[in-house]
Amino acid sequence: MMASGIGQSSTGSFFEEVVAKTPGGEALRLCLQCGTCGGSCPSGEDMDYTPRQIFAMVAANLKDKVLRSNTPWYCVSCYYCTERCPQEIPITDIMYTLKRLAIAERLYDDSDAPDWSQTFIGMVEQFGRSYELGLATRYHLTHRPLGKISLGTFALDMLRRDRLALTPSPIKEIEQLRAILSRAKELEGVL
Amino acid sequence: MRYAYYPGCSLERSAASYHVSAMAVAEKLGLVFHELEDWNCCGATEYFAINKLPAYALVARNLALVPDDFTELAAPCSACYVNLRKTNKHMGKYTDLAQQVNQALAAGGLSYQPGRLHVRHLLDIIVNDVGYQTIAECVVKPLTGLRVAPYYGCLIVRPENGFDDPEYPNSMDRLLRALGAEVVDYPLKAQCCGGHMTQISDKVAYELIRRLLHNAAEYHADVVACVCPMCQLNMDAYQGNVNRHFGTNYRIPILYFTQLMALAFGLDAKEEAGVGSEIVSSHSALAKIGVEVPKQEEKKKRPDKQALPMPTMPDEEGRR
Repeated sequence: MMASGIGQSSTGSFFEEVVAKTPGGEALRLCLQCGTCGGSCPSGEDMDYTPRQIFAMVAANLKDKVLRSNTPWYCVSCYYCTERCPQEIPITDIMYTLKRLAIAERLYDDSDAPDWSQTFIGMVEQFGRSYELGLATRYHLTHRPLGKISLGTFALDMLRRDRLALTPSPIKEIEQLRAILSRAKELEGVL
Repeated sequence: MRYAYYPGCSLERSAASYHVSAMAVAEKLGLVFHELEDWNCCGATEYFAINKLPAYALVARNLALVPDDFTELAAPCSACYVNLRKTNKHMGKYTDLAQQVNQALAAGGLSYQPGRLHVRHLLDIIVNDVGYQTIAECVVKPLTGLRVAPYYGCLIVRPENGFDDPEYPNSMDRLLRALGAEVVDYPLKAQCCGGHMTQISDKVAYELIRRLLHNAAEYHADVVACVCPMCQLNMDAYQGNVNRHFGTNYRIPILYFTQLMALAFGLDAKEEAGVGSEIVSSHSALAKIGVEVPKQEEKKKRPDKQALPMPTMPDEEGRR
C-alpha cells in the first residue's frame, strides 16, 4: 500500500480527477504539506493561495474554490517547486492540469491568462508557428487596450530592430499538423 | 559532430541574433546543425494549459520529423528544450500517453519511438561535446575586462535536465571564463524572468525582471549573458518598462552567450555575432573590449520646464 499523505479521497472525486489527468500525478497522494513549493515560488506572494494550500484544497475536493483561484495562472513554470519537492510531486504539471480543468469548466474569475494561452494556441493551430504581432494585436485589443499604451513603444522598438515579423510564416504541412491535433483532441474527448 | 536542429519560433525573428551567432560559432567549432524540415511551434508554456494530448502531439510531430540518421536533437531555446525533452521522456515513461500520441501522429502519417532521440540544449552541446579547452583555443579576441553576469533562467536546468546543477549551475560561467571574460557572481542566475507574465500580469513580471537587473547591477556587470529568447526579451525589451515602473535607471545590455562567443572568436560583430538588435544598447559595454557597436539614438525626454534639477540616487542608477 502506498504511504498515505493528504490524498484520502474517494473515487470520482476532484482529487482523483487531478491525479488521473496529470502524468505522474499519483505522487500527489504523498504530499506532506511541508510548504517547500510555496517557499520556492517566485510569484507565490501574488497568488490567492500558495501551492501548498491549493494541494490541501484539492485533497479536500474544494473544486470550485481551487479552479477559481489565480494560483495556477500565476505559475510561471519555473519548476523550482518540482525540483525541490521532497515527495517528487510534478507540481508544475499539476498546475497545468488545474489550468486545463479551469478552462474546461470555465471557472476562472480573471480571463486574461486563459485568453492569452488560447489566443497563442489559436495562432499555432492556424499557422503552425507562433505569430507574435497577430497574437499581441488580437489579445491586447480585447484586454484593456487603454492600459497598454506602453506596448506601442515596445512594438516600435522591436520593429525598428527588425525583431517583429509583420506577416506570419506558416509551415508547409499545416493540414498534416491540423489532422494530428484534431485526432489528439478526439482521443482526449474535447472535440 | 552532427545534430538535428530545432530553432523554434523566436529564433526566426525576435531572437534572430541568437540563431545567427549560434550558427557562426558552430561553424568555428566544427558542429553541424541540420535544421528540421517544416518544424512547428512547441506550444511554449501555453498549450499544456489548454489540452494535454494535443500539446504532447504538437511537440511530438517535431520529434517524429527528425531523420533516422540523427540521434541528437539540439534546441537553443530553453522553453522548446523543456517541451521536447518532457515529451520524449513522458512518452517513454507513460505507455498510455505514448500510445495516444502515436495514434494522433498517425493521422498525419507520422510516428515516434519514445527515447529514440537525445534532446540537448545548445549550451550543453557546446560545453560538453566541444569542451572548454577547444573553445579557449578558438579565442582570438579575449573578452578581457568585460564583466559578465551569467543568467541561466529556469528551463535549461529544471526539471531534472541533468547537465548542470538545477539550483546553482556553473557551465556557462566556465564557458565565459574560457572566453577571457570576468564572470561576476550572480546569485539569481537560475531565477525566473517572468516568462509570459509580461503579457498577462505585467507588474508580477516587472518585479521578477527588476530583481534580476538589480542583482546584475549590484555585482557591477557590464552585460548579462543568457541562453533563452524569452529571458532575453523580458530583460531587454521590458527593461524600459521596468525602469518606468520602479523609477530605476538600469541600462544593462542582455546578450546571448553565443554572441559573446562570436565576438571572442573575432567574428564580425553585426553580421556574425548579431550585435545591434538588442533594445538596450551594448555600445558602451562592448567598447570595453574594443568592439564598435553603432550607437542607437536615445529617445528624447520632453524637458519639464518647472522641474528643479534633481540629483539621482546612486542605488537607482544601477551604477551608471
